[in-house]
Amino acid sequence: MDVEIALRCQGLKKRYGDVVAVDGLDLEVHVGECFGLLGPNGAGKTTTVEILEGLLEADAGDVEILGGRWGKDDRVLRQRLGVQLQETQLAEKLTVEETLGLFRSFFDRGRSVDEVLQLVQLQEKRKAWVSRLSGGQQQRLAVACALVSHPDLLFLDEPTTGLDPQSRRQLWDLVLDFKASGRTVLLTTHYMEEAQRLCDRVAIVDHGKIIALGTPAELIASLGAEHVVEFALEHGDSAPDEWLRQVPGVRDVRRERDGIFLTVGEVHRSVPALLAALKDRGLALSRLTTHHATLEDVFVALTGRHLRDG
Amino acid sequence: MDRASHPLLELTRARLMEFIREPEAIFWVFVFPVLLALGLGIAFRSRPAQPLRIAVQQGSGAAVLAEALDRTPELTARLLAPETARNDLRTGKLALVVIPGDSVTYIYDPTRNDSRLARRLVDDAVQRAAGRADPLAVGERHLTEPGSRYIDFLIPGLLGLNLMGSGMWGIGFNIVQARRKRLLKRLLATPMRRSHYLLSFILSRFVFMILEVAALVGFGWLVFDVRVHGSIADLLIVAIVGALAFAGLGLLAASRAQTIEGVSGIMNLVMLPMWIFSGVFFSYANFPDALQPFIQALPLTPLNDALRAVMIDGAPLTGNLARLAVIGGWGIVSFATALRIFRWQ
Repeated sequence: MDVEIALRCQGLKKRYGDVVAVDGLDLEVHVGECFGLLGPNGAGKTTTVEILEGLLEADAGDVEILGGRWGKDDRVLRQRLGVQLQETQLAEKLTVEETLGLFRSFFDRGRSVDEVLQLVQLQEKRKAWVSRLSGGQQQRLAVACALVSHPDLLFLDEPTTGLDPQSRRQLWDLVLDFKASGRTVLLTTHYMEEAQRLCDRVAIVDHGKIIALGTPAELIASLGAEHVVEFALEHGDSAPDEWLRQVPGVRDVRRERDGIFLTVGEVHRSVPALLAALKDRGLALSRLTTHHATLEDVFVALTGRHLRDG
Repeated sequence: MDRASHPLLELTRARLMEFIREPEAIFWVFVFPVLLALGLGIAFRSRPAQPLRIAVQQGSGAAVLAEALDRTPELTARLLAPETARNDLRTGKLALVVIPGDSVTYIYDPTRNDSRLARRLVDDAVQRAAGRADPLAVGERHLTEPGSRYIDFLIPGLLGLNLMGSGMWGIGFNIVQARRKRLLKRLLATPMRRSHYLLSFILSRFVFMILEVAALVGFGWLVFDVRVHGSIADLLIVAIVGALAFAGLGLLAASRAQTIEGVSGIMNLVMLPMWIFSGVFFSYANFPDALQPFIQALPLTPLNDALRAVMIDGAPLTGNLARLAVIGGWGIVSFATALRIFRWQ
């Protein structure tokens, strides 16, 4: 079945002086999906999104959004897009209600201020100045400003960075509700949990390029193993990893400062075998945990770095 | 649901709200000029000419001379020891010191107007006491021109100064702040028209301009009886053209600046010469002729002249067209330049 394309870009490039921010990036986002750009800070996510939003001009490449193009269909596109930018501070001395009313007035059609207030659960704060809101409330207001027009395509750039877990979950619910109405979301994040929870498909971005693309499940499956066994030894261990690779079910071995990570297909087979191998060598464990493989593990497997390392 | 209200209206309303919720802005725009007018109005108020203070240095015949001089209405004379007298003269407490004797000596500072005047008054009194007769009888008729007091000169100047300050700060500061907080960029991501954004500043300036004019002119009228001799409509038209010109300059100052410090520096640089040269507190005729073309080219100079022409002389607008053209020219050129080089991100 053919899917409808909400957004497509090809060969996107952008450099700032000597720094290449986006380096030949291709993307296709389907109507009705939540698409995530996952990558560390400085990977080029924000630059990419701002080019797609028509706020930055690319050095090279082609962008098609909702069947239109920047420079030609700007007026129509602006009416149909909802945008939340990273680190925007709204006017401090306007109330929540006034801020939403202002943004609403720019659009030909959309929701009423009351509706949006309810959507983001800020009804009680409607008369409060923006400066008096908590970080989470300000962020919900920023998203609300993007929702007043009832957009067909919503851009969220790191919407939950710096928020407490509860505020983060409230924002996730907002995104899921929006998606449930059949509309499209493009989201950037460096939280793998966020990408895993919200996104139908994820593109992992590093150094301005997409290095992996698929559903979260597909990406994790691409590791060839779904679990990670993490352990540390009491006296450290400088022996080569070869013997660990011999342990049945182990697909990959990774050493980090705080321990050794094994990517395995089946925990119930690999862990007893690991314990036996350790005993043979007279090594004692100081720690042993297992978890389901995550997008973080995918990123580490692809780049050898963590998302948070930046 | 369809559009609820016009974006230009909402943007202007947001400007007004942001302003009235900023106590500091209210102070600088409305309270400060009134305080300035009050202070200067009191310090330089017109009053019956005060008698000039002089001293007679102690010595033979000094007491008689001092008494005689003190009877002259324009003079207050005291008897002082030489040391004290010199000291008080040097520090400006006295206008002149008289040393009595067979030939009377005056000690005074010829560069001081009050000293020179005291020299004439004292000399007249001394000569008459010595028997001088004035051969010609003269009559006197006193006249006080309306609008000739310092406060009459000052209020229109402060009005011009205020139109400049609040226009430039009100626009420049807000735009740079919005740029720094990435709010400008956020607004660009909506269908908002850029012209609406800039126009909202101009419109909100008009609203505040009317209040500013009303506050300062009303204050001058109530407290110092400063009248507007021309028509209020003419005054408002001049103020509108002035507000527009400085809105344009404010926009220009803020068109590329990325920081508050940056835009503050630019605006102080632009405004400081006008504080001094444009005849706000004293007439620009005090500056040498060579500077006059430069002074006349500054936008605040014709604005102050036009405001004074309307307020003091009651001049009609037709007499102010050349001035309005210079002010308007500044507005149009700076606005057009600002639009061309404006940095939205």
